[in-house]
Amino acid sequence: MDRSIKVRTEGLYALSSWTEMLYLILPRALLIVGLLTLPLLLDMYWQRVLCAAGIYALLALGFDLLAEYVGLVCLGGAFFIGSGGYISGLLNAHLGWSALFCIPIATLGGAIFSTLVLIPALRLRGIYFAIISFMFPMFARYIIIALSIFGGTEGISALGTLPNVWTEIYLILVVVIIALFAIRRLVNEDIGLILRGIKDNDQAVKASGINITSYKIKAVFIASLLGSFGGAYLSHLYGWLGISLFAMDFSILPIAASVMGGMGTLAGPVLGAFALTPLSEALRGFGQLRVVIYCFILIGFIVYKPEGLLNYFQRKYHQFELWETV
Amino acid sequence: MDILVYGTVNSVTFALIALGFTLVYGVSRIPNFAHGSIYVLVGFLTYSFINDLTLNYPLAVFISLIIASIIGLIIYRFILIRLRGLPASEIIASFAVGLIILEGLRLQGIGGFKGFIGPFYMLPNFIEGKVCILGVFVNYQRLIIIGAGLAMIVGMSIFTHYTKLGLSLRAIAQDEHAAMMLGVNSDRTAMISMSIGSALAGLAAVTILPLGNITPEMGYHVLIYALAICIIGGLGSWWGAVFASFLLGFSMKLSTALFGAMWESVVLVGTIIFILLVKPSGLLGKQKEFEERV
Amino acid sequence: MVENLSKAFGGVQAVLNVSFALKKGDILGIIGPNGSGKTTLANLTTGFVKPDRGTVRFKARDITGAPPHKIANLGLTRTFQVMRPYHSLSAYKNLIVPLNSPRVRQTRGGKLGDTDAVAIDILEEIGFERDARVPYKIAGSLPLGYLKRLELGRCFALNPEVIICDEIFSGLSMSEITSMIPLLERIQMDGVTLVMIEHRLRELFRLADRVIVMNFGQKIAEGIPQEVMEDPEVKKAYLGRERA
Repeated sequence: MDRSIKVRTEGLYALSSWTEMLYLILPRALLIVGLLTLPLLLDMYWQRVLCAAGIYALLALGFDLLAEYVGLVCLGGAFFIGSGGYISGLLNAHLGWSALFCIPIATLGGAIFSTLVLIPALRLRGIYFAIISFMFPMFARYIIIALSIFGGTEGISALGTLPNVWTEIYLILVVVIIALFAIRRLVNEDIGLILRGIKDNDQAVKASGINITSYKIKAVFIASLLGSFGGAYLSHLYGWLGISLFAMDFSILPIAASVMGGMGTLAGPVLGAFALTPLSEALRGFGQLRVVIYCFILIGFIVYKPEGLLNYFQRKYHQFELWETV
Repeated sequence: MDILVYGTVNSVTFALIALGFTLVYGVSRIPNFAHGSIYVLVGFLTYSFINDLTLNYPLAVFISLIIASIIGLIIYRFILIRLRGLPASEIIASFAVGLIILEGLRLQGIGGFKGFIGPFYMLPNFIEGKVCILGVFVNYQRLIIIGAGLAMIVGMSIFTHYTKLGLSLRAIAQDEHAAMMLGVNSDRTAMISMSIGSALAGLAAVTILPLGNITPEMGYHVLIYALAICIIGGLGSWWGAVFASFLLGFSMKLSTALFGAMWESVVLVGTIIFILLVKPSGLLGKQKEFEERV
Repeated sequence: MVENLSKAFGGVQAVLNVSFALKKGDILGIIGPNGSGKTTLANLTTGFVKPDRGTVRFKARDITGAPPHKIANLGLTRTFQVMRPYHSLSAYKNLIVPLNSPRVRQTRGGKLGDTDAVAIDILEEIGFERDARVPYKIAGSLPLGYLKRLELGRCFALNPEVIICDEIFSGLSMSEITSMIPLLERIQMDGVTLVMIEHRLRELFRLADRVIVMNFGQKIAEGIPQEVMEDPEVKKAYLGRERA
């Protein structure tokens, strides 16, 4: 084995020609180029939708990471969005810092807060984490409404927004792309391997001298960084924050996107989010029917095709390659 | 004094809501996230039966409960059965079903179906009027709640200890493999537990809903409360859920009396976090923190 | 090292008042009929189950009820009877997990430069043929013999002082066992103390210096293999009352 390759990959491809190199790079390049040029083609309304899709993509990425690589099913992505959003908005509203300054701070702050709050559930079996993560966004809503803090039911408006439209769009897209590739790299690093070990057999990991709770915390922290960024970004996108940041939509759509897109592939959920979000916008005219529809789609995928679309296409893509080289 | 009475009512309310969930989880390890939706569905079904089909009250209730158990069974038979053993998928799938039900109830204009929007839907009380107990005026509906709750607890105890079906449920709850070796069919038992669990959700709905109005949002709240009670009491522990309902029921009323209604949610969240930190398997939970797979 | 350990599960007294001491560099065998509490004893000693009573001491420290990862980090490791490797990862990647533990960081001084290389080297020591590219196979697809070695490797990667092998010979054919024995002997010569919980008595007796016999959760005999097998209590446990 060529020891000079320091980065682990899932498969080693014998690259014997430029065409094969191109073949490998193509899907990834297509993704990057496609995403980055898309905003130029769309009008204002759909650009906004693209931004929203980006946020869902970050959540879906986080969900996939936690669910397939660590074994933690997080049903409350909305909590990350809400934490990041509220912290950013509050910093902006009360301290007057500019949006671009608040967002990174809120991302970190939101992540720290969400992780801390989820720690009690991490020492326990997976189902506890699922239930607790589900409950927390709703609890946050109850508490905010009941105690009428942070703007209560009306929320806080007139927050600083981002300098211009192009910043808005490209910020989120670039973050999504970087996050996707970073996490793909991460799961093959040592820390990623340990997390996957935890999902497969946590007793053995414990017996190997590793404190699994601390690794789980790290994983949740990473996923919450993604979500909190999304929330912080969102609050400045529309210049408003309110309890809708904890809405169930933020918890569900990423799950549907992940299941549909292909859990475990990391790119699948991202693509799934970019596909479902516009779909959901388009169906807005149907009112609540769209939620019903995504749930049917979700159930259909979970029951009949749990591997999701991307896994399926990946298989086909590589199988095609096998034919070629004979 | 009214704390005692209202606390009891509150506690029994929680118990009614949570026991259906805990039964299903305790027996088949299935977290039925559609629990809250079935609650709301039963409410709306009963309302429709009474108003649109003008059936009399008890009949409407009876039919709704039967429909609830059938729905529970269907959810298991067609969806969950393929997902057994994958807790993530079970949760997601049952939640999706729940959402379909809840959001479906809000639909308007599909085939002439007018969605249930707005706080106008109410179930009438079974018996009107109040009675004075220990110096507090309590209306009969609240007494019915207490009665139903007690009946449910006692009834289920008898059922699980003395009937063959109930015993098989307990057997599977204690050790699935051993029970299967003795001839208890795990899938059939799961279907039965889902039906009973859903029926219990319905029972909770018809006794509690007359106190207020029915909205689809309640589905989420009911689910959250059921989950909270089950966690505090110990996932899968029947008596744990009962105990937790009383603990929470009283402490929430107490905090309202002492600090004001706003702090109820804080008490709820605080208790959950406290239990998770101190005794994670819940008050009476038998489940160990980590599964023993050795 | 272990004193008066007791643990009951529900109504079943799995282990009752078991005490034994481990001498460094020994191979200690633990035998007994099925259900005699051997695996529970292993669990109790390594922190996977908390005892009701009794203490466990290791290197002059009380480790009773400590979390498993801390115990492993002190050098007391164990294998699992039910093999479950990280099946989505290839064999050598399985070893990366233990190589990241605090213990390895301490004993090998700082972060390893190339954990992959170290992992593959360890595997080679244990008997995975490098040129057949066995280390790169997905762990889930390996046959049992390799999996057992992988388990051993997992413990070995931690630079352990003690390895508790829980039924490591179970499921292996005679020839596979014969090829594993030199490996175990070599590990012992490296200075590792082994505790072997086994059913395959003949093979165990070739290796073990001392043996403890358990039955119904209690220790019923201890000593060198030949003595122990002559003990009437032991015969009764294995063969039943009449035959003894």
